[in-house]
Amino acid sequence: MVSKVVESTPSAIEGVCRRILSELEAKNFNQDGIFAVHLAVEEAFLNALRHGNKMDPNKEIKIDYLVSGEKIEIFMTDEGNGFDPDVVPDPRCGENLYKPEGRGLLLMRSYMDVVEFNERGNSVRMVRYKERPRLKKNLNQTQV
Amino acid sequence: MVPVKPRISVEYAENAVIITFTDEKILEEKDIQALQESVMSVVEQAERINIILDFCNVRFLSSAVLGLLIRVSKKIYEQDGKLKLCNINPKIYEIFKITRLTKIFDIYEDVESAAESLSAED
Repeated sequence: MVSKVVESTPSAIEGVCRRILSELEAKNFNQDGIFAVHLAVEEAFLNALRHGNKMDPNKEIKIDYLVSGEKIEIFMTDEGNGFDPDVVPDPRCGENLYKPEGRGLLLMRSYMDVVEFNERGNSVRMVRYKERPRLKKNLNQTQV
Repeated sequence: MVPVKPRISVEYAENAVIITFTDEKILEEKDIQALQESVMSVVEQAERINIILDFCNVRFLSSAVLGLLIRVSKKIYEQDGKLKLCNINPKIYEIFKITRLTKIFDIYEDVESAAESLSAED
């Protein structure tokens, strides 16, 4: 497991993200997989930065990741109080569709095979398999 | 083609203003803020403005850009204008589909078909 700690600034994820993506390329993940992980990492980082650490430059964000020939597993942990992911409104419904924010978690869940939070809600674990389970692929295309 | 700040180029066509995002990746907060200011400065030039946003160069964006698009669209509609998006690559289009923003944005294959749709609506 590679472990990195970065400051709470928008550009801090850039270097870590670049390293993760190059490891995915080295393990022959396809372009769809690389795009998906890139998007999920960016969205998770944005959530940690804005909602977790509330842009406080004195707080840090920890990123742990492990790339194997089968999957990538990423943990992203902020220093915030956490949140309950089950009460986040669905950005696809009603008036939420017209709101400028609130789509990050939906995208993380759509592009990764596993997205789960610790009890406090300040640490997310995400997994994307190199060969995606067929069920998950179909689920993404389902219109609710 | 008139360059406006670094992140967009602007072309004044017969029935629309075509704004092309020049960056391949649109990610960072400050980039998105700069982009929004650039686009808004064009939108605010006239009431009932027709805008075509051309994504031909864009290969990656985050949900923060979707927020920018919603804010821009609200401003355009407040001014009784029209907004069309075009040239969105398949991976980015998938993001629009997942978030169901395909329901609130008019998306066309290219600039020509977006412009034709505006002519048909006039």
